[in-house]
Amino acid sequence: MLRLEGLSKVYGTGDRALTDVSFTVEPGQVVGLIGPSGAGKSTLIRCINRLVEPSAGKISLGDLDITQLSRGGLRQARRRIGMIFQEYALVERLTVMENVLSGRLGYVGFWRSFFRKFPPESVENAYRLLDRVGLSAHVNKRADALSGGQRQRVGIARALEQDPDLLLIDEPTASLDPKTSRQIMRLIIEICDERGLPAIINIHDVALAQQFVQRIIGLQGGKVVFDGSPDELDADVLTRIYGEEDWSATIRKVDEDAEGTEDSAEEIAAALDRERLAGLT
Amino acid sequence: MTTATAPAFPTTWSRPPFIKRAWLRWTLYLGALLYMVLAVGSVEVNWMRVWEGLDRGLRFIQGFLLPDFTSRWEDILIGMEESLTMAVTSTVAGVAISVPIGIGAARNIAPLPVYAVCRAIIALSRSFQEIIIAILFVAMFGFGPFAGFLTLSFATIGFLAKLLAEDIEDIDESQAEAVRATGAGWWQIVTYAIQPQVMPRLIGLSLYRLDINFRESAVIGIVGAGGVGATLNTAMDRYEYDSAAAILILIILIVMAAEYSSGYVRKWLQ
Repeated sequence: MLRLEGLSKVYGTGDRALTDVSFTVEPGQVVGLIGPSGAGKSTLIRCINRLVEPSAGKISLGDLDITQLSRGGLRQARRRIGMIFQEYALVERLTVMENVLSGRLGYVGFWRSFFRKFPPESVENAYRLLDRVGLSAHVNKRADALSGGQRQRVGIARALEQDPDLLLIDEPTASLDPKTSRQIMRLIIEICDERGLPAIINIHDVALAQQFVQRIIGLQGGKVVFDGSPDELDADVLTRIYGEEDWSATIRKVDEDAEGTEDSAEEIAAALDRERLAGLT
Repeated sequence: MTTATAPAFPTTWSRPPFIKRAWLRWTLYLGALLYMVLAVGSVEVNWMRVWEGLDRGLRFIQGFLLPDFTSRWEDILIGMEESLTMAVTSTVAGVAISVPIGIGAARNIAPLPVYAVCRAIIALSRSFQEIIIAILFVAMFGFGPFAGFLTLSFATIGFLAKLLAEDIEDIDESQAEAVRATGAGWWQIVTYAIQPQVMPRLIGLSLYRLDINFRESAVIGIVGAGGVGATLNTAMDRYEYDSAAAILILIILIVMAAEYSSGYVRKWLQ
């Protein structure tokens, strides 16, 4: 369980990125974090593993208060938090396997990692994860030889190789096409379900968020302005988060959707793609 | 505001001048021109010496047309061997010292005090030309290739550490962030996120430095730091322009060989 209490961040330049953000993520819950560019979404998830140092507030993962940790303690806490990035952030000149194994860096000593002598169970797990994300054939390829969707799968495998208690996911689909975006989102959701993993997903695409996550938090100007189920997102809420705009085509038709979720998934995806093409999301 | 006629737009446009004030612009242009005229006027040319030198220049060119590889071959061979040894050993030593200094001089991964110290070392190494350092080391360690080796190693640090540090500062930060997010330690971040990104350039720069060091070894020989430069200097002093030409031709060939092979290696590394 992840709990944020009164989290604030003021950058050295004086920019207030986050103001008094509080919420709790229950075990196994996948939260979509939406908001306009500059609302503080990236800052928020980077504060959780302290890639960005929060200015005030408290972050607890289980019983552990992350904000109070020393450097060594922070490294140990980071091992428990997997992170997936917008532009994949793979080390491009390393092989797929090295990228996945880098998820174990927090657990092995420097020289073992330097000579790529990872424990057998880590290597086995890496093979298993690459098989799970469908990349068994690409183990020894360099990361920059893969397509966007494949790279993001490596990113997912790297995060899972950490055997995390929490996933932080920063715009996982921002550089992917609509179909691949859905495949990646589905994979992430499936994996979170399989492992009962809680996750926070920063996402620009409101329709995509509605389709996949159980809970949505809306951020505007560094403050939480909405926290609820995807069905509650209406024109008013979107206006509160993003500002005035014609939202009619963005919002999922709740009643239609409730009837045919299973059989019309393809249709919805197609409709969403049309919306994206129309530039409405 | 509400007139029906379309507003008249200008039909010409010129780029705004770099210096806006016209009088300042023209003062600067005229000042530069005046300085150049005066400077050229102040250079004294002794035309008699130029005339005498023409004759010597002609003999030099003749020497080049008929380079003599044989009569001083032994000396040339020893000089070349010394130069190559100096170039290779000083590059290896220089690179080995440069890497930690370069890492320390990269602001994005080194703490401020380490950064300041490493940048100071680089600045010190870069502030003197090789010949000045060579004169110093020859005075300290005596004539011969050891002084040359030290000179070139020292010069390599300034060059390689600076460029490596700049390359590290230019890395794709997101890759390092991703590795940091896994709980990796500082050294692991360096070997997993930074080394893969800068390695091709580091190798390319080292090869480039190798042929710089070879060329410099010919120069510092003139002040007594061993190598083929000493042989060249001797040949010049004895007016043996044909032997000197042979040495210069060999230097050109070796530098060309280094150029082509390093280009090939760099392409292969990418």
